[in-house]
Amino acid sequence: MTSTSAAAPPDGDRRTAMQKMAVRLEPWLYSAPVLILIVAIMLVPLALGISYAFRDIRLLNPFSGAFVGLKHFRDLASDSAFRGALVNTLWWTFSSVILQFLFGLILALLLNQPFKGRALAQALCFLPWAVPSFLSGLDWAWMFNPVVGPIPHWLYALGIMSEPSNILSDPKTAMWGPIVANVWWGIPFFAITLLAALQAIPKDLYEAAEIDGAGPIERFRSITMPFLAPTIAISILLRTVWIANFADLIIVMTNGGPADRTQIVASYIFTQAFRRLDFGYASAIALVLLVLLLAYSMLIVALRQTMLSRH
Amino acid sequence: MTRKRAVLTVLHRLAVLAYVAFALFPLFWLLKVSVTPTSLLYTEGIRLWPSQASLEHYKFVLTHSSFPTFFLNSTIVSASTAVIVTLVASLAGYAMSRFVFRGKYWIVSLLLLTQMFPLVMLIAPMFKMLSPLGLTNSLTGLVIVYVAFNVPFATFLMQSFFDGIPKDLEDAAMIDGATRFTAFRQIILPLTLPGIAATLGFVFTAAWSELLFALMLISGNQATTFPVGLLSFVSKFSVDFGQMMAAGVLALIPACLFFLLIQRYLVQGLTAGAVKG
Repeated sequence: MTSTSAAAPPDGDRRTAMQKMAVRLEPWLYSAPVLILIVAIMLVPLALGISYAFRDIRLLNPFSGAFVGLKHFRDLASDSAFRGALVNTLWWTFSSVILQFLFGLILALLLNQPFKGRALAQALCFLPWAVPSFLSGLDWAWMFNPVVGPIPHWLYALGIMSEPSNILSDPKTAMWGPIVANVWWGIPFFAITLLAALQAIPKDLYEAAEIDGAGPIERFRSITMPFLAPTIAISILLRTVWIANFADLIIVMTNGGPADRTQIVASYIFTQAFRRLDFGYASAIALVLLVLLLAYSMLIVALRQTMLSRH
Repeated sequence: MTRKRAVLTVLHRLAVLAYVAFALFPLFWLLKVSVTPTSLLYTEGIRLWPSQASLEHYKFVLTHSSFPTFFLNSTIVSASTAVIVTLVASLAGYAMSRFVFRGKYWIVSLLLLTQMFPLVMLIAPMFKMLSPLGLTNSLTGLVIVYVAFNVPFATFLMQSFFDGIPKDLEDAAMIDGATRFTAFRQIILPLTLPGIAATLGFVFTAAWSELLFALMLISGNQATTFPVGLLSFVSKFSVDFGQMMAAGVLALIPACLFFLLIQRYLVQGLTAGAVKG
């Protein structure tokens, strides 16, 4: 053994070393463009944004740019619009996610039965997902508008409204507008993921349970739910974070109004950056949102760990 | 028993029908108002179909507004984004699928992280970074931003397509003396064509829909994309609903076309993109 390795020409040794190096580098060469893009266009601005949170950066003021420490955060603590936005974010996120999930689950169960025309029905049910989000926002805003939309007239005919008016201009009901649009738009996401999970459940389990005399509810409870649980958990977690960040519908439909009643944290950040051009303050709010979302994700991961260790 | 089954079947069909109606009604309404002549819009209120349909709003939008320009801008931005993302993501997706290497865990975590934090955070710093480079008010600037935003999701998507192709294929080619890159290009990529088409479709649709960064980065008419154009149209001429909805229907066309193309890959795309949405 020793003699062969000693007899090997040094040139061959170097070549194998180079080849080894090339083999080791190969995956990095393939991933390099993606990594460079993410670092340059996402991580660098992210770091910049975090630094802005501690600086006075206003686009229209060329003399701004100074370090201001925690000033933005002190302002935030006394900003009642921000506190309102926090509450609205919870309201917006959880009602959207719960409704999307419930209807998505029902739709997935419906589409999991074989029937004639299922492929077509499935395509049509999933269509809202393909509608650009700004357009679903505008479309629903028009549907709620008594001048061109039918919904106020229906609500009036049903006796729910005393006159056909726009729910988006009433501070008490305005939040339901974007939530309805969001539910309509987001049901397909849950339906598609849950349908995929449903179709992965082995069919013979159901047959065996039926032979053992288990009714449909019992079968749903002891076969379907346990199989779906991991998919449900992960899709709800990810969707919650995603919807908390999702400001398009609100910007399009109400712009945060009336009287800030539909302003969520993400749309508040956008308003500060885009309308007031106060990049420093916007970045401070964004940093708070980031920390809250991180805390939420860590809480969920910790919950999962304790639940796993208990089983 | 059979009676009960029949009742259940009817209920099931009704429920499916009800949901299809719920899913389609807002789109139907968009179409309905877009073909209603302005003179009938207010008098016929909530009729399901106007007594007389016309294409006048489409004619106006196509000949007397800047929407054709906006449409062209959006198409250029979305198509370039889709092509660049798919190219870059297929390389990285291939690496994620085929190599076991140190650092892979970190790359995957980095890609996941980019899907979790609020993108709205980047609006202000992005503007500050692009503006001295002359990339605000430019379609190139938008393409750069959209490419970065879509690349993580597309990488996961391409990885899932590569995972479905047996490794033996390129192993055989490499034993015959081909380099890995040649094997990737000439054997694996052609087999992933449907996956590539799906990725193109997903990214195109995502870029076509993006609103907030386009609002922030574009302020001149020259580089306005369709969402921004439609939104400013709404706030400026909020009276002409027929024209707005005709423009809305136009914005729907490319998205729906791509949806039909990628319909078959939806499940795969969403499981890969569960991280993205």
